[in-house]
Formats: sequence, C-alpha cells, structure tokens
Amino acid sequence: MPEAGTGHRPMLEVRKLNAWYGESHVLHGVDFDVREGEVVTLLGRNGAGKTTTMKSIMGLVPQREGHIGFNGQEMIGLRPDQIARAGIAICPEERGIFASLNVTENLMLPRVVAPGGLDVATIHELFPNLKERAGSQGTKLSGGEQQMLAIARILRTGAKFLLLDEPTEGLAPVIVQQIGRTIREIKQRGFTVLLVEQNFHFAATVADRHYVMEHGRVIDMIDNADLHANMDKLHDYLGV
Amino acid sequence: MLMIFGYPAPLLFGQLLLGLINGAFYALLSLGLAIIFGMLNIVNFAHGALFTMGAFVAWGLLQYFGIGYWPALLIAPLLVGLFGVLLERVFISRLYRLDHLYGLLLTFGLALIIEGLLRNEFGSAGLPYDIPAQLQGAVNLGFMFLPIYRGWVVLASMVLCLGTWLLIEKTSLGATLRAATENAPLVQAFGINVPRMITLTYAGGVALAAFGGVLAAPIYSVTPDIGGGFLITVFAVVVIGGMGSILGSILTGFSLGVVEGMTKVFYPQAASTVVFVVMVIVLLFRPAGLFGRTA
Repeated sequence: MPEAGTGHRPMLEVRKLNAWYGESHVLHGVDFDVREGEVVTLLGRNGAGKTTTMKSIMGLVPQREGHIGFNGQEMIGLRPDQIARAGIAICPEERGIFASLNVTENLMLPRVVAPGGLDVATIHELFPNLKERAGSQGTKLSGGEQQMLAIARILRTGAKFLLLDEPTEGLAPVIVQQIGRTIREIKQRGFTVLLVEQNFHFAATVADRHYVMEHGRVIDMIDNADLHANMDKLHDYLGV
Repeated sequence: MLMIFGYPAPLLFGQLLLGLINGAFYALLSLGLAIIFGMLNIVNFAHGALFTMGAFVAWGLLQYFGIGYWPALLIAPLLVGLFGVLLERVFISRLYRLDHLYGLLLTFGLALIIEGLLRNEFGSAGLPYDIPAQLQGAVNLGFMFLPIYRGWVVLASMVLCLGTWLLIEKTSLGATLRAATENAPLVQAFGINVPRMITLTYAGGVALAAFGGVLAAPIYSVTPDIGGGFLITVFAVVVIGGMGSILGSILTGFSLGVVEGMTKVFYPQAASTVVFVVMVIVLLFRPAGLFGRTA
C-alpha cells in the first residue's frame, strides 16, 4: 500500500518483502513507506507478520527477498551490523536487556553510528530511573524500566530511524503513558519511528499513520486523522 | 624437620607447588575453553593440540631463528592465534548452525591431525628447551626451595588469568563479549561485527593455550602430546567450574591442581583420579557446575 504523492522519496521504502523461517514462508510481499519525521505503526493480529517485518528490516531473519530502501540504499543483502551502521536501530519485542551487563553497560552497548544521538546526560534527564540504577544488573530492573532502557540505548547511537516492537506490551497504564510521552518527545527531536502495536488506542495517541497487516501482507493504510471514521473496519481487521 | 599431619613440610610444600603449577596450566587452558565455549558454543577439542603448538613454535623459534624465550612468549601465542583465525574462518565457522556434536568431531579431528603431523616431523621422544638464564636456580624460602622458573609459571598464569578476567568483566570490550554470549544476533543489530568478534575470540582463547605451551616448554620436554595430556583433566575442570564461567574456570583450575597435588601426599594411589571423583560429586549435586548459571 505505498503512498503516492509527496514528491521526495520516503526514508524507508519496503516493496514486495518476503521472509522465511526455514520452510515457513511468513511475509508474502509486504509494501509500505515511512517518511522522515513520521511515526508509523504496523497494526494487526498475532501472527500477522509485524515482528517479522521489523526483523526483516534489521536483517534478523534467516531469509528475505524484495526491496528495502533506506535513504536510497538497498538493505537486502546487508548484515545486521551494516544495517545498524546505515542508521536503523531496533528495540526488540522481548526488550533484549542483557542479564550479564549492568544498566550502564546495556546503555553503552550499541555502537554510535552517526553524530547527533542523545548524550548520556540527556538520556538520564529523560529517564531518571536509569541514572539511579546505573550499577544494577540489567534484568533486575522492573519491566517498565527495562523498556525505558531498551529505548534509551538506541537514542544514543545517532540512528534516526527507530524500530520499536511492542514497547507497551505487558506494562502498567501509567508506564504506557510515559512511553507515549517518550515517543512524542523523540518525534519532536526529529527521529522517525516505525512502531509495532497490538493496542491501537495507544497507537492513535502517537502515530501519524497506521498500516494494517494480515497474513504476511499490508492490507490497508489509515491516516491517524481518519482513525475514528474507520473504527468499524479496524475492529474487523484486528478482531477486537 | 618440620612435620605437618605427620608428613615432612618440604614434601607437602613441594607437592603444593607442583599442584599449583599444574593448576596454572589447567587454569590457562580451561579459561580459553570457557571463553570459546561461551562465544562459539563449541567445545574446542583442538585446545590441547594448540597448547602443544605453542610449545613447538617456541622451540622452533629458538632452533631455527635464534629467538629466545622472552620474545617467544609473545610471538608464539600470536602465531598460534593467527592459526586459530584460519581454523575458525575456514572450518569452524561452517558449523555454527549444526549440532554441537559436529564441532566436537571437527576439533577432535584437527587435534589428531596437528599432533600427528608434529609426531611425524619431530618424533615423540621430546625436544629439550632450556629455562631462560634469568629464571634459573632456586630460592630458599626457609621452609622449602622454590625453583624460580616454577614460581614464575604460577605467577605468569595468575596474572594472565586475572587480566583476562578483568578484561571481560570490567571493560566495554568485555561487556560486548558478554552480551554477544547472551544474544549474538541482537548485538550484531547494534552495529557490532559479531562474526569478526567470534573469530578474534577463538584466536584469543587459542593464544592463551599457546602461551601456556611456551610456559610449559622448559618444564616438560616439548612433545606432541604435551597439551593433549592436560586436556582430559581440563575438561573435568571446565565441567566442575561450570561451562562458560570465566571466573569459575580460573579458580577451579588452580584449586584442582592443588587438590591433585595434596592427594599425591596423602593418598598417592588416587592422585590421577581425584579430579574425576570431584567431577562426579559436583555433577551429582550441582549439575551446572560450581560457578555455572542454571539456564
């Protein structure tokens, strides 16, 4: 469902993306765009291929085909570390906090790939808990703090395109609100975000546009402004 | 003469020292094995052969190029480390997607080839390698005579083990290593060239073994099975310490050397089996090893 119009090329351009885990064919030709400065969500039921799409962009699936253009550069065929250096950073679904590293080590782990990332002082301002618990083992943090850490550590790298995979999953409402504020704040700072969400009520508070996925394809695109008009359709898609 | 538990003190301390020396080699070898296992998920059966290679490279450097002990301590681990890079790139890296068993078979085969070639070329009688002039002789500690070279072996091994441990636990390079041990794909998605890091980790582990080989050359004569002889005990050490545990492999290496040495005094018949008895007991009560984390 690529967007026509806007004149210049989107920051991320995904065309006919196919992905496999061994024998199982998970993505069947995914198409979508993300423009610079946008927050775009992928919505869909469990197993629709949202997380696999994220992993495919990052090069973390065993086999993928199609076209992933990022700032005009082809990402298919690159290793994950090369994709990271091109300026894409991921906050994975399971958060990926390392148990054998303390909070500071977790924070400093991702490589700085470009100038313009947030410095540690700014990160500590945004996430005061991470400063207080700098020496704690990463996985001793609460779920919310771990999620903050997982987001914070990719803000450091200078990557301007962030993949956030279900950052609100399993978290208390107050923490979800805080993550919403964080996403709006990083959008203001010029980051571009591709967000996977189950909770479209949350998605509506942060995103510009939504793509709906089903059976490994993008089947619809809804502008955030039109979300309420499309509620019935969306309920239908997501089965809620 | 001073007696302890009914045994003459010099005998006791002598065996303690011998135990520490064996422990020094156990620690160097099991440390390298632990690092390699943590990162590559491969039990490196070629480790003993690479220890042996370290000793032979030191001997060859002296024999053919007149390069002595001190430079050899640096050059031999470097050369064997480079050989490790080759092994990892050409052979081992093809096995990461397969069952553990293939890595075991491959490295075991490599060990047989390396040792076989050395035996063919140099025989198995053993080649002499002199203790460097600076470390000859012994000092009288009052309760025993300490051969300087043996003291040096224990000291050098301890310093190197401690340094490696600090590198892994306290530096950002070490943090990256620990993270990659936990979740390599994610670390790679953070911009780190993990395949290169894996190669260098193998080279590093192998270099530790080669360093041990150089240390051992003046004590034992340089034979093709100098490293292989240690290896079976070292695997027991690794199991007792806990697979993949860095600190565990160091502490267990030294302690089991001492346990073995003391057994030689108190119950010599059991000296060659005591390590395995400890292994069985540890496995019964702590299957993950003394320092291992249960998954």
